Amino acid sequence: MISMTTPPNQEMHEGLVADGGQDELLEIALGPHHPSTHGVFRMDVVLDGERVVKLKPVFGYLHRNHEKIAESASYLASMPYTDRLDYICSLTNNWAYALAVEKLAGLQVPERAEYIRVITAELTRLVNHTATIGFLTQEMGASGTPLMYAFREREKILDLFESLTGSRMMCNYMRFGGCRVELPAGWLEQTKKVVKDFPRFLDEYEQLLTGNEIFMARAQGVGVLKKDLAINAGITGPMLRASGVNYDIRKVDKYGIYDRFDFKIPLGEHGDVYDRYMVRMLEMRESLKILNQALRDLPQGPIMDPKAKIRGFRPKPGESYGRIEAPKGELGFYLISDGSPNPFRYRVRPPSLINLTVLEDMCRGYSIADTIVIFGTVDIVLGEVDR
Amino acid sequence: MLGEGILKGLVETARNFFGSFVSKDRLTTVQFPEERLPQPEAARNFPFLVYDGDNWQAGMRCVACQICEKECPPKCIFIEKSSDKKPDYTGKQQFYPAVFNIDVSVCMSCQICVEVCPFDAIEMDNAFELSTTDRFGGLLWNREQLAKPNSYFHKIHPATATEIDERLAAAKAKAEAKAKPGADGGASTTPQPDPPPAAN
Repeated sequence: MISMTTPPNQEMHEGLVADGGQDELLEIALGPHHPSTHGVFRMDVVLDGERVVKLKPVFGYLHRNHEKIAESASYLASMPYTDRLDYICSLTNNWAYALAVEKLAGLQVPERAEYIRVITAELTRLVNHTATIGFLTQEMGASGTPLMYAFREREKILDLFESLTGSRMMCNYMRFGGCRVELPAGWLEQTKKVVKDFPRFLDEYEQLLTGNEIFMARAQGVGVLKKDLAINAGITGPMLRASGVNYDIRKVDKYGIYDRFDFKIPLGEHGDVYDRYMVRMLEMRESLKILNQALRDLPQGPIMDPKAKIRGFRPKPGESYGRIEAPKGELGFYLISDGSPNPFRYRVRPPSLINLTVLEDMCRGYSIADTIVIFGTVDIVLGEVDR
Repeated sequence: MLGEGILKGLVETARNFFGSFVSKDRLTTVQFPEERLPQPEAARNFPFLVYDGDNWQAGMRCVACQICEKECPPKCIFIEKSSDKKPDYTGKQQFYPAVFNIDVSVCMSCQICVEVCPFDAIEMDNAFELSTTDRFGGLLWNREQLAKPNSYFHKIHPATATEIDERLAAAKAKAEAKAKPGADGGASTTPQPDPPPAAN
């Protein structure tokens, strides 16, 4: 019997091993301080031998009231907080929030700013996918080497972010109606060089991993996510595409200026760990294609809508939903304005949290070691899961 | 052949290992405290208060309008307005901050105070070796610790500082030109239509 005073976790504990452990099921807590959990996250796992029978993700350790803080702060003051949602890719978070506010206030982003946004967002995608795949190999037991190669390349892009925005990870770069600062001198040349050198890294990385027998044994056929389950659970991003669903908001919504670029959407067939790895690798190559086109076509002009105001920003009453294809999936911001300087309602649709909901379905029947790998391909950041 | 992929991978690792002795592309780290990479000009860490001239109290650009205090997302700035006034760079009588504290343990280096400041009085520093053993007093900086000369600003952000100096010089010239015609005696008290910053 569950009394009203039982904390919610207690209820779940009772639910997990229903028969009191009589058929020798073992319940263990994986995390919250486990090196593979990408932050403070716990999986309550029920094991039969080494096979996972049940798995409950337990999160909230990093909850910091992001949405309520944003409702009591001005629109601009929430911008640096969005950096801290998915702290690997702050620039895409900025863009999603800016997009929602621009819809609300009816601001027009100048063309140059749109191009800069595309460039920074695609660089962010490279940063995110290199980090994800690096950590994935780390969790498979390749201690350090592939991760360090990935971080070496990521570092070059973070240097670009630092010279543009002043900060490597907490960029706080985009503003409602444009971007904060003009590109510094020499930035474009430096970016072109990084983009030119990046395929060499991808080739080397693929040679290291893609055909590696150990990697294939650990990844192929593991953690299969079926197409219909992925759709029903609202999965987005590379995870959904690895299951074979052709859905990319860059193509569906064509937000910003994505209709001007020629790029493909890589799709998986099996929806296993290997497909999710491969989709990310291919997506990086497509991002490089977009980057090359954007860097080639970058026009001159202003980077801010002249109507945009820094101080005293009060959008008209109304509501808006801005969404983008963040590296992890659909990132959306839902805002309701009542005409005051701060939003009446502010809601984040985080891809990490929603992708996490199918973890149990993917892990059931696999061993603990596979659970860690499957969890790695979900690609979550706890800052975004808990908010 | 089984194991071919692993061998290929090992070749790759070896290439990176030996390459790191000759190629800068493959060994990107530096030995930090002895060897330092230059910081980009845009690098930012914590805010500081700019003053003109040599005396930080007389040259303080801040007029205690408290906009940054209001706009600061984590609310790490605390300002108390003075009761008397002092002349600013154009000679106009302005308030100054009697107390200006920044709690850098709360500050998140977002630069919003710099963006909203209508007087270019607060700017971002790029000093980063700031560790202290006193986690309360040592991380609460008062206006004396925050005040840094304009020459320091020029050193860390030359382009921005030059642009701001030009803007301020133009404003000063305009104020002086306006003060002259009606200024037979005391010119400094001429009322000026300088835009007072809108609240919020």
